[in-house]
Formats: sequence, structure tokens, C-alpha cells
Amino acid sequence: MWAFLKEDSSVRYLPHSVSERRQLLEACGAASAEDLFAHLPADVRLGRPLALDPGRSEYEVADYFHARAAENLTGRPCFLGAGAYYHYRPVLVETVVSRGEFLTSYTPYQAEISQGTLTAIFEFQTMLCQLTGMDAANASMYDGSTAAAEAALMAARITGRQGVVVARTVHPEYRQVLDTYARNRVLEVAACGYSPETGRVDLDGLSRAVNDQTAAVIVQSPNFFGLLEDVDAAAEVAHRHGALLISVFTEAVALGLLAPPAGADIVAGELQSFALAPSFGGPYAGLLATRERYMRQLPGRLVGETKDVRGNRAYCLTLAAREQHIRREKATSNICTNQALVALMATVFMTVYGKQGLRELAAQNLAKAHYLAGKLPLRFCGPFFNEFVAQARGRSPDALNQAVLERNIIGGLPLGRFYPELEDCLLLCATETSPRAAMDAVAEEFGHG
Amino acid sequence: MGERIRKVRGHVSQNEPLLFELSSPGKKACQLPPLDVPSVDPAAVLGPAHVRGEIEGFPEVSEVEAIRHFSRLASWNYAIDLGMYPLGSCTMKYNPRINEKMAALEGLALAHPYQPEPLAQGALEIMARLEAALAEITGMDAVSLQPAAGAHGELLGLLLIRACLEARGDPRKKILIPDSAHGTNPATAAMAGYSVENLRSNPRGMLDVENLARVVDAGVAALMITNPNTLGVFEENIRRIADLLHERGALLYLDGANMNALVGLTRPGDTGVDVMHLNLHKTFSTPHGGGGPGSGPVAVMRPLEPFLPVPRLKRTPAGWAFDYDRPRSIGRVRAFYGNFGVLVRALAYILACGADGLRQATLDAVLNANYVRQALLPHYELPHQAPSMHECVFSDARQARRGVRTMDIAKRLLDYGFHPYTVSFPLIVPGAMMIEPTESESKRELDLFIDALIAIARETEEKPELVLQAPHSTRTARVDEVTAARKPVLRWRPSPP
Amino acid sequence: MSTYPANYWYTKEHEWVQVEGDVGTVGITFHAQKELGDIVYVDMLKAGAPAEMGKRIGEVQSVKAVSDIFSPVSGEILEVNAALVDAPEILNQDPHGAGWLARIRLSAPQEIGQLMTAADYQAYLAEET
Repeated sequence: MWAFLKEDSSVRYLPHSVSERRQLLEACGAASAEDLFAHLPADVRLGRPLALDPGRSEYEVADYFHARAAENLTGRPCFLGAGAYYHYRPVLVETVVSRGEFLTSYTPYQAEISQGTLTAIFEFQTMLCQLTGMDAANASMYDGSTAAAEAALMAARITGRQGVVVARTVHPEYRQVLDTYARNRVLEVAACGYSPETGRVDLDGLSRAVNDQTAAVIVQSPNFFGLLEDVDAAAEVAHRHGALLISVFTEAVALGLLAPPAGADIVAGELQSFALAPSFGGPYAGLLATRERYMRQLPGRLVGETKDVRGNRAYCLTLAAREQHIRREKATSNICTNQALVALMATVFMTVYGKQGLRELAAQNLAKAHYLAGKLPLRFCGPFFNEFVAQARGRSPDALNQAVLERNIIGGLPLGRFYPELEDCLLLCATETSPRAAMDAVAEEFGHG
Repeated sequence: MGERIRKVRGHVSQNEPLLFELSSPGKKACQLPPLDVPSVDPAAVLGPAHVRGEIEGFPEVSEVEAIRHFSRLASWNYAIDLGMYPLGSCTMKYNPRINEKMAALEGLALAHPYQPEPLAQGALEIMARLEAALAEITGMDAVSLQPAAGAHGELLGLLLIRACLEARGDPRKKILIPDSAHGTNPATAAMAGYSVENLRSNPRGMLDVENLARVVDAGVAALMITNPNTLGVFEENIRRIADLLHERGALLYLDGANMNALVGLTRPGDTGVDVMHLNLHKTFSTPHGGGGPGSGPVAVMRPLEPFLPVPRLKRTPAGWAFDYDRPRSIGRVRAFYGNFGVLVRALAYILACGADGLRQATLDAVLNANYVRQALLPHYELPHQAPSMHECVFSDARQARRGVRTMDIAKRLLDYGFHPYTVSFPLIVPGAMMIEPTESESKRELDLFIDALIAIARETEEKPELVLQAPHSTRTARVDEVTAARKPVLRWRPSPP
Repeated sequence: MSTYPANYWYTKEHEWVQVEGDVGTVGITFHAQKELGDIVYVDMLKAGAPAEMGKRIGEVQSVKAVSDIFSPVSGEILEVNAALVDAPEILNQDPHGAGWLARIRLSAPQEIGQLMTAADYQAYLAEET
């Protein structure tokens, strides 16, 4: 039943010819493929072929995906943000990461033949420290949501406490992930509300929620509504009770212009904006960075600088004794992979923009969003970056978006699904890619309600 | 000695400083289009306290310097495109380039996770198609594509077990894990709030079923098993193991890292597995990218289906939609839906191979591993004689008599132009050398690898210092990991003036 | 060749304790540091923390392994060896002397009776290896 395919069934990813297979089998002392599996019990064998289509040529595979791609509406101005952002992607990003030496290499456990990856990660770690004001950054987490959850677990380890207070203005899906992670480590998560006028964390409410059992306070800035939080004030509340302050971000471009949170102990965030297009939600890369004194509590991979035995500067994975392959059940986390290729995309992006470019990019985002916001009825007052909440008047957000769609534009995110109290509102994001004409069209539709 | 090394020859390897050392004030590699709206003054709009000063030390280089920098760095890396990685349980197979092209299609790459479902039918269809294919391959009833990596999938798997047992009113506290397991298994069990009990393997390198029968009590939630195990040996008692656990109210979790030995031949769902994870970056050819991104879908049998993360895909008259109405779901393990770009690549691979091609890949993977095994038998110690599937595990026992250990042999392999095998794992084999060629390796590459290891065995006898001081011809020699851990330097800082 | 001081007491987990009056100095043995390899980091509970015989009072990390340290005696931690923070290698170089881990005020000196002598420990090592 399990015979090798005949010669004329071509499966181009398999290098053996029929005669080579025969040679290999002979060398193994086997007469046929069956002999290699003689030891498999009969009751585990699948008695039929897999119920999957026959294999396709490269061109047929391409046809399939082109057809699927055509079934998604893209290539139009889109005002969605909410954790995934549209930015121009410098061509160099693709050029670098499509090199086989980066794309098809393995985790750099063997430092002697992985200095390319290790050096790039070291540069990545450095740049993220420079941007966030932290002392140590790891080589990336799965995404912003899991980075935030791991930050909470890290704070619990450091303080020995069980409580976490998270602002409701942190991305709702990030909070859901935190709940899932916390439930199984016996962490207690409490939410802290926001002010209906400013759309920002209610600091009095925060003061009441934080106590001497709180390991961490988690705030996001810019928050889910796009507004800048007073992170230092939140940090002061946290520190007064001996808790840590975790600052979260979802829009990395903001780091180019906004002051890093001086009071934060841990920064967790999403680097998608620096790396790749929204890609229907993944793969992304999360950031986890902290102060020097908490460095050994960071989960995930870390690259360190050292020398080789000849005295040359070299890089290697380090502090592995935190990790799962050594500590096993006592590991700081179970994380094995880092999002190396996505982190490399971010590294190239940050390099291409550079010190001046990142600031300019952020400034353009600011200008675009403020242009659009200036024409819309805003729900909250207060400084914001490239996202804001606007109220639909006279018709529902869905009806508004339908009208906007008829003008070949995808509108903002109706907030009712996450915040029932804001069911007449939408979250809109404008970036350097948003054309003025599209923003004018959206503004017109808001006015037509 | 030199003529023995056939795969590589020395080459000129360029030096390259760090970006920060290359930088010069005012340089940049980008240019944005001019604003078509009025610019705003950040300090005026945000308040001066919210505006940062300059990003000190941040790179400032031109486009040419940028591309040279990363190209030179790339030249210091080994990669699958350059040759074999015989890493056990990593399944370093060829990463088909058509997969990259498909993931980059604008209609897929530009899709926003929150764009209205009627406008995302292509993406949803891809996810549904992949779920169905993975369910068929694993013989399980339902699949979640949400986890971002294998370890993430393991965590989800254990959360599902927990939810299922709690729903039965019988939450239990222990997870049993073989001592041959990958380190993520116990780490994940601890993250999921369980205590871990280690199980000894029997002398044949398989799970000791008699011992298991003694150990499975009413406190055991599940056994986490890898099949084939990390010795590359098929757990022939898998059905008995599953039955035993089920009789006593416990569940069976399969770590699917070694699926490359099973696809098309046997299905975990048919052998009593309740929940498992897959590694798309292993079995399903998605690229490792220097350490990620991967994807770790979880497959379950029907009793665990209600607990799967939200959202699930459902079919409606208008097409695919996300279903958030799942009251027994464990919630989310990440924002959005999964590493979609990786899912596209895996589906492209499955479509290209088809049923026959997937099975053929498995047959070739097992053939290649056995070919390497029989060729190395005269030269290296094989501690477990059970038949190998897609990987084999040798030990350095013979070479250790000359003071040469598995790590030294691994480092000498670098001089022969190969990435090493997995060193010192699984822990149950002292001095382990874990080799998984995968089906992607031609006879020529396999022969070069075998010749290299045979030559190293001879060097160990005749001139052990050659091996002990290896590598000799790589860009860096062995690195000082001790100082790196004692005095960690995790970022560049400018030298003091 | 390693010498195991005759006036020390030893545990099966390869810790030692040297008692003077009601204060015990605690460390890990030559064998333990050899198994671990180059020590990179030492993390002990703080002065003032309680110690309990057989319970964890800290851990020692090498590049490839982590080992929990279990206290050979019960009492209160008086002092932790600060020199190991900047120079963990001292633990490899002099595990029975300058590489001590903690000083503990004994709450139950009779516990010493349950520990091994140097001779017993060396016999135990010979069995284990």
C-alpha cells in the first residue's frame, strides 16, 4: 500500500529520482518502502490516501491564491487602525528579508554561522531601547497582545504579587488575551475605567483599584481611542503601592515623535507598523523591554555581545537559563520562537527611515489625522496621534460605512462591538498613506447624517 | 586533511560594523511624499511634554549603506538555501518560494483584520480550507489556527484540557511528561497552572506503559506525548496509552513536532489523541526566518471543540463569517486570528503537494533518516536500536573516550560546511547527536554529510585537537558564552568621549 | 583533586554547611559546581528571609543549566555573599570557601544530625557516579 510514487508523478520539492531511491533503499537493506515501516502496528495505519486534492503545479497554486486575493477588498483608502496599521513599506525591507540567508536560516544557536541574524537582532534590541527609553529589549515576542500578557506575568514574578489593574482603554483584544493568560496563573485582573469626557484613564478610579497586592498597572498610550494617556501619573499611582507600570503601544510609528514613558518599568508593544502590511492579523512581532534591574526576568530570546576565542567581537544568544530548553517547568515563559524575520523587517524599516525619517513619518501621520479629525465631530477631547473617535450623527456607523464604501473607501471601526456605550461612534485612523481626497469624502459622509 | 572537505572552500568574508557605528548625522535612506494637508506643530497639538527629543544614537545611513550592511550580514549566515540542517525535530525542509509570492499578494497582504467580513471572503476561505486540510491530515475533528508558534499551540492545548476537565467538574492538577520531551512541554504545563511529573522511558527508548499504568491516578489531567518521540522512534503502544488514560478520566496531548514522520501514513486522531498542536514551520515548509514567525495550529476531537478560542469560522448563506458566540470558549490566546501570512504559505505547500505528494514526502523523510543511520552505524554509537522513523539519535560515547564530545563534533561539522545536528538533546541520551535530514536532501548532500561525520570520527582517533578546537574556518571561532551571561551586554552604547 | 572539608556537613543535593556557634555558612560542593559548569549568575533570597531545611533558598545558573539551592538547615538568613554578584566565577574557583552562598542563624541545630559527614558524602558521590 505504501509504495513510492512512480517516476512520472512529479513532486518537485523531492530531490530523489527513482534510481536514487532504489540505491538508498538497498543501502538500508530494504526491498521496498513497506520494509521501512514494518514495525508500525497495523491498527495505527491509515488505510486510504488522504482525502485531499491531487498536487498542483506552481501556476495552479498561483491561480488559487490570486482568486482568493481578488475576493478581498484591498487597494482602496482604508481608515481602519485599531492595532493594525497601513504605512508605506520601503522596498528595501522586502529586498533584505527575501534573501535566502535570512529567510531560510534557523534560530542562531550556532553562533559561528549565524552572525548575520545575531548582529541584526542586537541592532534591533538597541534601536528599541533607544526608542522606548528602556535598557534591555528582547528579540521580539509573538505580537503586542502576548507581549502585554507576558509583561504582566513578568511583573507578578518580580513583585511576588497576584493583582493586575488594566485600563479599559487598552486594546480590547489585548485585554482578552491577558484574561486568558492570567486565569491559569491565578492572577487577578481588574479593569479601570476611562473618563467619558477625555477618553483617558480615570486616575481617581485607578488610585482606588491599586493596592499592595497589585503587581502591575497596565496602560496603553496612545490608547485604543488614539488618545495620549498621562503615563507618568499612572506610574506614580502604581509606584506609590509598590506596583510596576507597564506601558503598552499598538502603533509603533508614534515612537518616532512621542516622548518615551519615563515612569514605565516595562514597555510592551506591537511592531507591525514597522514591519509589514496588516496581513489579516499576522504574523506580527511584539516588543518587550524593561529597565536594567529587571533584565533577567525578561522572557524570550536575548542576544548579547561577547568575544570569540580569538578576541573578535561576536554575538550570541544569552541568558538562556531563563528559557524553556534549560529551566523546563521553571522557565520564565514557555516561549521558544521569536518573530525573527518580522523583527528583521522592522530593523530594516527603522534603518531606512533613520533618526530624522522616523520623526518625519510620525509628523506626517499627525498632520493627516488632525486634518481629518478637524472636519469630524470628535467624541473625546485631548491630544491624540493618528487615531481618534468620531460620532456618527443621524445614521448608524454601519450605514455611514456603507455610504463611504460606495465611494470606494473603507471607513473606520464601529466601536459598538467593543464598547456598547460608544455604539454611535467609530475609531478612525489616518496615516501618511491617506489621500486628502479620501479624507474629504469621508468628512462629507459624516456631514450627510 | 583539506582534500576530505568537499562541500566548502574558504571565502572572503567582509567586515561590517554596527549600524550605529556606520551612522553619520543627517544621512537618511528614505523620502516621503510631500504632505497634501497642512502640517501641524507637534508641540502645539500634543503639548510639549508629550514630544520627544531626538532619538539619540539612532542609525543615520544612506540607502546604499543600508543595503550593503544587511547584505554583508546575510553573507555570515548559513541557511537551508545553502545546505542541509540535520537538526532533529526541527524538520528543516525546503521553503518553497511560490509560498512567499502568494503571501505577498496585495489582496492578501493588505487585508485588514477588521475589514468587514463580506470584504474579506478570500482570507476567510483560505483559513477554512487550511483548517479542513489539517483536520484531514491529523484525523481530528476541529482546528484552531490562532496560536503563533508551537509553544503557543501547546499552551492553548493545555488550556483546552483544563477547560474540558473543569466543565466535567473534575479539574485535575498534574501533567505527565516523558523525560525525552522538548523543554517547551514542561514550561507550558507550568504556565497553564499544572504541576509536572516526569516519566522515565523504557530501555527501548519508548514510554514505559507498565509504569504509566501505575502512575496515572485521579490527579492526572493529561499525558503530553511526542510521536514519534524525540529518539525518532514510533510509540508503538500509543493506542494502549490512549485507552489507559481515557479509562482513568485523563486526556492525551500530542506534541506534533514530529508530524513529518506521520503525514499520510497514520493520523493521531485515529490513535486516541484528544488534542495536539502542529508546527507549520516544520512539517508544512514555512520558513524559519532566523527564529520565527512560525504558527502552531491546534487540532482537537469533538469533546474539546466548544472550548476552542474565539472567533471560530462559520458558514452562512452570505459566505464565511466569524462566530464570536462561543460561551464555553477559553477566550483568546492572541489578538486577531492567527499568523495569516504563515497560514497562506502552509496552504500553498499542501495544495502543491496534494495527497500523494504529502505521503511521498513522509516516505522520503523516513528513507533519508534510515540511510544516514545505516551509514553512520560503524562509526558512532547508536544507544537505542528500535527502528528510526524520520530522525535518528547517536551518541558521542565512542569519541568521548578520546575526550571529544558531541558539541566538539558539531563544531567540526561547521568546517565541513554543515549546520550541526541537535546537540545534547534528548536529555535521556548522554552526548546526544540528533539527526533529521528531511525529505529535501538529495543523495549527494546526504553522502557529503555522512562523509563529513565519518571523517570527523577518524580525526577524533588520529588528531583529536582538530575537533576539540573546531571550528577553524568560520567567520567567528567559538564564542565566549560564559562572559555573555555573566556580564550581559544587550545593546550598543556609544563609547564615552 | 577536591577536598571536602572534614568539619563541614553535606546534603544529597550537594549543599554543605559549616557551623560555628548558632550560625551556619551554606554553599554548594565542588561536585555541584563542576556539574553546572561556569557559573554565570547567583540569585538567593534576601537577608531576613526564613530558611527551611530542604526548602529552596535560591538558585545558581550556568550557561547550560539552572540549579535550585535547598537549605541544609532551618533558620533565618543573616547575610548573602555579595561578592558573587559581580564575580560569580568565585563559586567555581573556591566553592567551599570564598564561594559561600549564605549565612543562616540556626533555629534547630539538632538538624545537623541528619546530614552527611565528609566521608559519607564522598562515599555517596562514588555511588552516584
